[in-house]
Amino acid sequence: MTTDAPVISAKNVWKLFGSAPEAYLKGMKPEMSFDEIRADGYIAGVKDVSIEVSRGEMLVIMGLSGSGKSTLVRCFSRLHEITGGTIEVEGQDIMSLSEKELIELRRNKMGMVFQSFGLLPHRTVLDNVAFPLEMRGQDKHARRERALEVIKLVGLEGREDYFPRELSGGQQQRVGIARSLAIEPDIWFLDEPFSALDPLIRREMQDEFLRLQQLLNKTIVFITHDFDEALRLADRIAIMKDGAVEQCDTPDQIVLHPATEYVRKFTEEIDKARVVHASTLLEPGLSGEGDPVDAAASVQSLAKLLIQDTRVAIPVAKDGTVIGAISRETALGILVGTD
Amino acid sequence: MADTTAISATAPMSRSKLASLLVGVAIVLTALQYLGFLPAALHRLPEAFVPDFARYLDAFFNFVKDDLGLFTLTRWLTGLLQTVLDTTANLLFGKRRWPNLGPIPWTAIAASMAVLGYYLGGWKMAALVAVTFCWTALVGQWKIAMETMSVLVVAAPTAFIIGLSLGIAAWKSPAFDRTLKPILSVLQTLPFFTYLLPAVIFFKVGPTAGAVATTIYAIPPMILMTTLGLQKVSPEVVEAGHMSGCTKFQLLRHVYLPSARTEILVGVNQVIMLCLAMVVLTAFIGMPGLGAKLLAMMGSFKLGRSFEIGVTIVLLAVTLDRMSKAWVVKQPEHFERGTPWWKRHIMFLLALGAFVFFCIVAQFVDVASEIGRKQSLSVGKELDVGIKWFLNIEWVKAITYFLRAFVNVQILIPFRNFLLSIPTPAFILLITAFALWLGGRRQAVTALIFFSLVALSGWWDRSVITLYSVISAVSIAMLLGLPIAIVAARTEKWSQRLLLVCDTAQTFPSFVYLIPAIMLFGITDIAVIFSILIFAMVPLIRYTIEGLRTVPPEVIEAAEMSGATRMQKLVNVELPLALPTMAVGFNQAIMFAFFMVIIAAFIGTQDLGQELQRTLAGTDLGKNFVLGICVSLMALTFDLTILKWSSDRKRMLGLEE
Repeated sequence: MTTDAPVISAKNVWKLFGSAPEAYLKGMKPEMSFDEIRADGYIAGVKDVSIEVSRGEMLVIMGLSGSGKSTLVRCFSRLHEITGGTIEVEGQDIMSLSEKELIELRRNKMGMVFQSFGLLPHRTVLDNVAFPLEMRGQDKHARRERALEVIKLVGLEGREDYFPRELSGGQQQRVGIARSLAIEPDIWFLDEPFSALDPLIRREMQDEFLRLQQLLNKTIVFITHDFDEALRLADRIAIMKDGAVEQCDTPDQIVLHPATEYVRKFTEEIDKARVVHASTLLEPGLSGEGDPVDAAASVQSLAKLLIQDTRVAIPVAKDGTVIGAISRETALGILVGTD
Repeated sequence: MADTTAISATAPMSRSKLASLLVGVAIVLTALQYLGFLPAALHRLPEAFVPDFARYLDAFFNFVKDDLGLFTLTRWLTGLLQTVLDTTANLLFGKRRWPNLGPIPWTAIAASMAVLGYYLGGWKMAALVAVTFCWTALVGQWKIAMETMSVLVVAAPTAFIIGLSLGIAAWKSPAFDRTLKPILSVLQTLPFFTYLLPAVIFFKVGPTAGAVATTIYAIPPMILMTTLGLQKVSPEVVEAGHMSGCTKFQLLRHVYLPSARTEILVGVNQVIMLCLAMVVLTAFIGMPGLGAKLLAMMGSFKLGRSFEIGVTIVLLAVTLDRMSKAWVVKQPEHFERGTPWWKRHIMFLLALGAFVFFCIVAQFVDVASEIGRKQSLSVGKELDVGIKWFLNIEWVKAITYFLRAFVNVQILIPFRNFLLSIPTPAFILLITAFALWLGGRRQAVTALIFFSLVALSGWWDRSVITLYSVISAVSIAMLLGLPIAIVAARTEKWSQRLLLVCDTAQTFPSFVYLIPAIMLFGITDIAVIFSILIFAMVPLIRYTIEGLRTVPPEVIEAAEMSGATRMQKLVNVELPLALPTMAVGFNQAIMFAFFMVIIAAFIGTQDLGQELQRTLAGTDLGKNFVLGICVSLMALTFDLTILKWSSDRKRMLGLEE
């Protein structure tokens, strides 16, 4: 899924809030902690973050509230001006863009979904979805046609003439999603899109979102504070704390090898068997006999087999060819939680 | 937590010590005055020391007017305004000017307005509109009402546009906002006479000056509401706009302004209400219409007719207020797909239809077009008789006589004389101490400067009399209003009822409050106090109920579980928590009182208002401004001090949201 150069590439990005952040950043020592910076009257929204997002990848940024995840994603779209470092989107330094170029970039390449939807209350569903198209000056019929298409895509057919106020939360977020997709963006930012919804609807929207992603295959930066959600959706997860990225890796690696104490605590309660896939547990030099298991299968889904089988090593196959083997004991260890 | 309590424990201590010191000095000075030891120069500022502010200001105004060419500009504007006003005048009451179409038959206006009422607020609103317009026409006041409206329909949109633009500018540029804020607070406390005279001088007597004064008077709240609304737009909506690729202008036009719709419409409501209040008052500069008629009728003591005009004004005010408020809460509704065009615009078509229908009917039926004096159902004379009969009932007579004789002679006049006897410096010190105790050092310094300026203006005695009317009226209003509010706040039902009464009363143009005062007490001091008192009672009751009703329920439950009696609960829990909100009401009562006391000059007072009213007859712009600023400075002192206390207190109690 991931090919060639990264779509978004952030290097040593800083975002400080305070009275004269640029001057302060120049004068400060880079190893200063969040609290030391705060003592000087500045808040480090984003603290020395370097991260890359590849084409077609879904990067989930996780963290508690106030950890800087929303700030980071707003730096990617230049809703916030960064204080230091560089951010390149498709090879272009976005801080060097003029206002006009930035508007062009947003009109053609980026879409964003917001936690509390950010719908315009005075416009109907249709007009909300067509809004970005209207802004870039598309003619009325073309934008109506496109808007109806996306509305159908998110399953809101027949509600085109409703006002946001007349819709449920889930429906409103569907409008938000439709609006962000109207211009057919390459990059899709979602800022806690399902946090304001109740759990049942949230689940349904996640399924819907996965369906859309299979259809559209966008480059996605998804923000959430819900670990389960992150695990369901992510190709990679970046965990943030106090503006800094603590670890950025695949879900399997994060639960198996937490990089810091904070990440370990964060993942402690997670049922690892659900997260870890067979492909992650491949052990070099090991080869197994008999029927292989699928590389994308989670340890949990293999539970019955692991318990009943007697082999020491079980072969793993991807797309029909065997790519290695896992140790049954290691896998069992993860299943019962004694790794 | 610990350090904040330490600060708040030490700071008020030194503050209250200083305040009592100031009060002490003031008492000593006053005592010396009574004993006759105080030099006259310390009692009142000697005439020789009073700078001739009026002359300086006059020189300044003349410079602006003639040398800077402002007069040419306003002359040109007057011409422009005159054309617009002539047009509305022709349409509404048939003044012989272009386009020579009018007057539009009253039935046509009433019917189409009723349809608009139905669209905005359903049958009830439609009925209210219909009743208002039919009453106005039937008592034979259609023409004067339309004279008033012809100015209103020009002034309100103008004020809206100017207010909206300035509001946007203030929101865009913090520097502009900072310069605008103090100007706005002065404008909002300036007595209306100070709006009137410049309007007359620069814009010709009559409707043009009336329209200008009205417009300027109504602008400040529109600016404030616009800025407030734009600041409150949810950041996510703005970000959604950015991400949709809005340019700056698109963002303002398609995102900010529509999202601030509610606040902007509340601003519109306030503009309309202030315009109505002011346009009635422009009677003082010879603007014909409801106000002028009311002024004339009250002047010749025709109480029945005054009462009728009062009812018309009140009905118009309530109708305009309810309609614009209904517009605020009116949310767009969607139509099912495939609804035909005529169905989507059914209300507009109905209104148009009604308008055309009655225009045609009026061609054949005279009564539908205009109701002449002879045909009108005015019962002014009969009402007069009724009012006289009521005032002659023994117990009514006894009460009004008692109030006049006892309260006036025994309480009010001695109180006034006492205030006047206090030496100027002592008075200033007392006010400073008050500001220090409630507000803080900054408020105290402001009070000191402001009241010293009042002393320097040379209008000290009249200022003190103005202050006396305000203080006595607000005190009595508190004595009457607070118990009523506290009792009403006990139950939801009565709170709602009383709030509705207050909301309605607050929409009445201040002028009509004079009617019951004059009716009951004639031309006396007590009528002045009474008119201020009922006007000031409205915000007092309103905010007290609001304050008491918004005490967090869990706190009350906690008090109940602690076994507090009703009284204990009220004194220890509800009142302390409601006090900051009540203070806002108290402040508004004082501001209202300062406004009303100037209007009461019509009844005949010896204060600043009287002097102001006199300046209207001439071209004494400098003197007019000095007097106006005196009122404004006194009002601002209270405003700054009390609001500071209220917000401090709210923060301390953690009530700030």
